[in-house]
Amino acid sequence: MTTPEMTTTEDWNRLPPPPSMAARILSFIRVKRLGAFGAGIILIMIFMAVFADVVSPHDPLENNYAKFLEAPDLENWLGTDRFGRDILSRIIHGSRTALFIGILSAFIGATTGLILGLMSGYFGGTFDLLFMRFIDLFMAFPPLILVMAIVATFGNEPHFVIAAISFSIIPDATRIVRATSLQVRRIPYVDAAIAMGYSHKRIILRHMLPNVMATYLIIATGAVGGAILAEAALSFLGLGVSEPIPAWGLMLQGGTDESITGVYWTSVFPGLAIALAVFGFFVFGDALRDVLDPRLRRG
Amino acid sequence: MIPTLLGAATLAFFLLRIVPGDICEVRFGGVEGGVYNKDAVEICREQNHLNKPLTVQFQKFITGIVTFEFGDSMWSRSPISEGLAHRFPLSIQLTVMAMVVSILIGIPLGVLAALRQDTWIDYTARSFSIVGIAMPSFWLGMMIIVGLLISTHQFFDQPWMPPLQYTSFFDDPLTNLSQMIWPALAVGYRFSASLTRWTRSALLEVLREDYVRTAKAKGLFRTIVIRRHALKNAMLPVVTVLGMEFAALLSGLVVVEQVFNLNGIGKWFVLAVDNHDFTVTQTLVLLFAAIFVVTNFVVDLIYAWLDPRIHYS
Repeated sequence: MTTPEMTTTEDWNRLPPPPSMAARILSFIRVKRLGAFGAGIILIMIFMAVFADVVSPHDPLENNYAKFLEAPDLENWLGTDRFGRDILSRIIHGSRTALFIGILSAFIGATTGLILGLMSGYFGGTFDLLFMRFIDLFMAFPPLILVMAIVATFGNEPHFVIAAISFSIIPDATRIVRATSLQVRRIPYVDAAIAMGYSHKRIILRHMLPNVMATYLIIATGAVGGAILAEAALSFLGLGVSEPIPAWGLMLQGGTDESITGVYWTSVFPGLAIALAVFGFFVFGDALRDVLDPRLRRG
Repeated sequence: MIPTLLGAATLAFFLLRIVPGDICEVRFGGVEGGVYNKDAVEICREQNHLNKPLTVQFQKFITGIVTFEFGDSMWSRSPISEGLAHRFPLSIQLTVMAMVVSILIGIPLGVLAALRQDTWIDYTARSFSIVGIAMPSFWLGMMIIVGLLISTHQFFDQPWMPPLQYTSFFDDPLTNLSQMIWPALAVGYRFSASLTRWTRSALLEVLREDYVRTAKAKGLFRTIVIRRHALKNAMLPVVTVLGMEFAALLSGLVVVEQVFNLNGIGKWFVLAVDNHDFTVTQTLVLLFAAIFVVTNFVVDLIYAWLDPRIHYS
């Protein structure tokens, strides 16, 4: 006859230890191949941006007066633009602009959304109601239109571009974080914490925040891709960063006219860089969402 | 709906005027070191009512909206309603065409991906749609132009690209379509992506429902089960996406119109923003917001009509 098994401390000690960071990353790569591919692209981009001066074969600002709009050759692997500048070097240096503006504005936008959404979800009531009406107001504007209007008023210096793009991320981020924190708010331990007399600050930071962190990370990663696209569109329209700063969208400016004369390399390669970068952030964000919080999955 | 629009109008109006600098300075102010023609600036401000207090200008703007008299463009001095009449049809046509393109690509692809879940068809369809979101539509537009030039040159010895001059659909439908189909493809492909994803996930969800199993168990043909039982119910969330897309499409055209040299409201908006043309900018911003809000409202109505369980009190 066997006695019913009981869990003892010894049994707990015999459980396998939680997987290490390396093991978790390995399993992520195995399960989410596309996401790992995206992460690879992001890592390469970061590498390019950090070591741009070392990696790029030429100075991105240097004009080679002997070569205007030359086709790709051994010296300039991706050809030269209309000012005789090396396109490959400009793409490599452009990853700095894209990452800087993309990551910073996604971070600022998502973090502001996190704070506002948490507060709205935690306090609820009239505050929540009024605040959400206010957010609805901004939702009424298509994001790109809002960004363009802001940049047009304040100017196109990089910090205004970042501010404008992050501003356009806030409404969406706030709504998603609010939805999650409303769910968390209903879990009894929050009420218990209130009953214990903890301060609002402590409850929000210690009890609510860790539970919406996954949502936040997912929003932020996805937003980087969108921000890079927005930055590219802005500088393409001449409303973003200005010459001679290497930026992918800026490099595409005038590309239509040049491609008509058969010069394809000024428009093909920078666009590929944008597409690849955005692709990387999107698939990585998707995979992250599946792993961290499958409930958020929407398609 | 009305309060949101009123708020949007207020926002649009004051956003443009937070920072000093107006169209008169762009025109006559000159760059640093240039000639600063003070009288001309004053006359220009007088003409455009820019020297009046903000409250007066705001009142004029709001009454203008309510009476559908938007005033004149500060840049060209022609009535805004005239500009809208010229440009709006083009943008609407493009939006509708892009929408059709995105439906034609997105829904079949989403259905296919759902029915063949986790096969190579599913993966291909999903990758195709992610690539669509990742590519900037203006770049895709440029690539289409380049591709057309190269391929026509290769096969017909005569390079061809879409005409740069706009012809109305009612004057010459063929020329019009030969110009409009390319930007519609570029934008439509991009927006088909979200449609594909939503269709796929909605259909997958419905396919797991009991009534689909019952229908199958009754021995109904697979096509009938899919079409009548599954797809009909899966289309609900898709309609929402479509509605939200319509407004997003319209604003997505802002950049694509630039590439294809189409004189729609998108191009006008960029021009107005560049020139600090307040009247045109605020009217267009409000127009975009209005389209957004109205389509959302219409989607809600359609939703309630499609799904009788939903009530709006």
